[in-house]
Amino acid sequence: MKKSVFLGTLTAAGLAAGVVGAATLDDVKARGELNCGVSTGLVGFAAPDANGVWSGFDVAVCRAVAAAALGDPMAVKFVPTTGQTRFTALASGEVDMLARNTTWTFSRDVDLKFTFLGVNYYDGQGFMIRKDMGVTSAKELDGATVCIQTGTTTELNLADFFKVNGMSYEPVPIETNAEAQQQYLAGACDVYTTDASGLAATRATFADPENHAILPEIVSKEPLGPLVRHGDDQWADIVRWTLNALIAAEEYGVTSANIEELAKGTNNPEINRLLGTEGDLGAMLGLDAEWAKRAIMAGGNYGEIFAANIGEATPIGLARGLNAQWTQGGLIYSPPFR
Amino acid sequence: MANAADPPKDSFRLSMLVYDTRYRSITIQIVALFLFMGAAAWLVDNTIQNLRTLGKDFNFSFLWSRAGYDINQRLVEYTNDSSHGRAMLVGLLNTLLLAFISCVTATIVGVLAGVARLSKNWIVARLMTIYVEAFRNIPLLLWIVVFFAVMTESMPAPSAFRGDDPAASMLLFDTVAVTNRGVYVPEPLFYRSLGDIDLGIFLVSLDLIAIVAALVQGFYVNRAIVGRATRIQEATGIRPTTWWQSILALFGPVIAVLVALGFHLGYPELKGFNFTGGTHLRNSLIALWAALTIYTGAFIAENVRAGILAISRGQTEAAFALGMRPGRTMSLVILPQALRVIIPPLISQYLNITKNTSLALAVGYMDLRSTLDGITINQTGRELEGMLLMMLIYLLISLTISAAMNVYNRSVKLKER
Repeated sequence: MKKSVFLGTLTAAGLAAGVVGAATLDDVKARGELNCGVSTGLVGFAAPDANGVWSGFDVAVCRAVAAAALGDPMAVKFVPTTGQTRFTALASGEVDMLARNTTWTFSRDVDLKFTFLGVNYYDGQGFMIRKDMGVTSAKELDGATVCIQTGTTTELNLADFFKVNGMSYEPVPIETNAEAQQQYLAGACDVYTTDASGLAATRATFADPENHAILPEIVSKEPLGPLVRHGDDQWADIVRWTLNALIAAEEYGVTSANIEELAKGTNNPEINRLLGTEGDLGAMLGLDAEWAKRAIMAGGNYGEIFAANIGEATPIGLARGLNAQWTQGGLIYSPPFR
Repeated sequence: MANAADPPKDSFRLSMLVYDTRYRSITIQIVALFLFMGAAAWLVDNTIQNLRTLGKDFNFSFLWSRAGYDINQRLVEYTNDSSHGRAMLVGLLNTLLLAFISCVTATIVGVLAGVARLSKNWIVARLMTIYVEAFRNIPLLLWIVVFFAVMTESMPAPSAFRGDDPAASMLLFDTVAVTNRGVYVPEPLFYRSLGDIDLGIFLVSLDLIAIVAALVQGFYVNRAIVGRATRIQEATGIRPTTWWQSILALFGPVIAVLVALGFHLGYPELKGFNFTGGTHLRNSLIALWAALTIYTGAFIAENVRAGILAISRGQTEAAFALGMRPGRTMSLVILPQALRVIIPPLISQYLNITKNTSLALAVGYMDLRSTLDGITINQTGRELEGMLLMMLIYLLISLTISAAMNVYNRSVKLKER
């Protein structure tokens, strides 16, 4: 009897250990739903609308991946994560991927055992302050109280910036962007610092955005992009090339308006390979031939997603800047589909 | 009869382990033990397997690497160049500070409310009932958030204190500033400071040690004075007047030390963005302190009430018959006996306070959970190590409090001979 209990335990342990290594794509397909980690609410990047439907620049990446892998851009379960909980959520398998304006750094990529799959937004850390404070440069912030989201790269950049410039500050640690906004508007901190895009998105939701200035100094490089766990290269490839497909589509002029037309076949072999009318790129990924077409149809190409969520026509009003295509003088660049 | 009770020695069969009541309980216990060990082995094995799949190892070397982040409330020297281990120590001290001050104030509030709830005054008793029921039955987290929101949203910003006709002004002869970033109170300073002594891990102010030494010495002298008064009373029946001697003994040495060190107060002053100088009690600390005090105070009040009600009515009547006033009856007769009932549940309330300090997360107080388990884990990716370390530390704190309180309980409990 003792022996059988012991053997049973061993078997259970062996089974449990076996489950861990299963492929993410199979899990997602079996579930019929993609678990995507996003921020707890940052208008323009990831926020639920009045009907509870998530939309935004990061959300569009999740939807494109779901469209490519599952055929349905709406088959996504969005898991809101804070700066502190996001990595644990990804490492533990609670989410299949993170698209949560997360900065690509060496230690996160190497030591935290994540794979970053490209950059969907080139950002930098900025400071927002009330205009009536009369501050025009971040170098004048000595002694200021600064609201900062804990567990972020901005927290470390902030410490470095004030140290390099020989200034002191009082950090007010907070968990989410919403909380930061509340504290900042209540005047509990003089300055709010995060990625400049996040500041613009936050400011757009204020009642009086014209009274708040984003200081000219950008104190860091913040390449933001989606990431997955180490150890499942097929899944990493799917997310990486879905993002690349969105970027390449803009470069080749494939939009949600003309994609049906182009999918019938064009005289540009690169577009044909991308949309699956030529070659078998989809099969190499373990998907069908129309994966990229569906991904692009989910929310349009990279440029369309940018314009619809955070572009100059939206309240957030971000210019393309570094995030223009490489052909337009920006850094957005997809490796060839070949 | 005796023969029937003897087990037949030659007929032990394996099935008797299950069917024979003499062996069954042992069998069940052994099976349960193996199941438990199996579950533990499975957990450990699963963890090791998962860590291997992720390519992670298990080590604590991250505690010695540079933290890189800043902490606003520091009881010991810390900069962003310090190590993660040092950040953990800062967080731990913040946790202990919060737990300590909350235990002290919760006890005071609890004892007062518990006694007042038994008051013959109808209004006082009902008010205390409302206090206990309202605060005990609403989650602590809500109280913390409420106190924090009140401090943040309704207090003036430091800039409101600026200008010739400021919208807000400082309290108590311009010494205390209540702002939406916390309360600035005067800080003790010394013209002739003795400096600090380096204990290796942190610096301890020699001034503080001198003051504490003076206090302890005064306490012992006072005890001797009271003891002598009691002896005289027992011998002659007349208690000599000692209050002025007690005051002199308790406060004389401390005042002497303070004068010798050149004690003065440093007042907060609006400079640049914020007040500088003075001691800054941050909103997060105040909100947590107030919420923990009032919430746990309600539980302690019930413990105190239960302890008092457990003392037979005859004790009060006997004390009254001897001519004691109600106040002295309570402090000399009822409370010392009630302590026997009050102390054990009070221990668990202290433990609750200590564990509840981890709710500091809600208002951004940099306690152990926020430093070690929040930022450090996030920056280093050492979830398992950080979590285990934090659990171990909380366990040690709780066991220490428990042990100390048990020692105290032994000293007040009924001495049986």
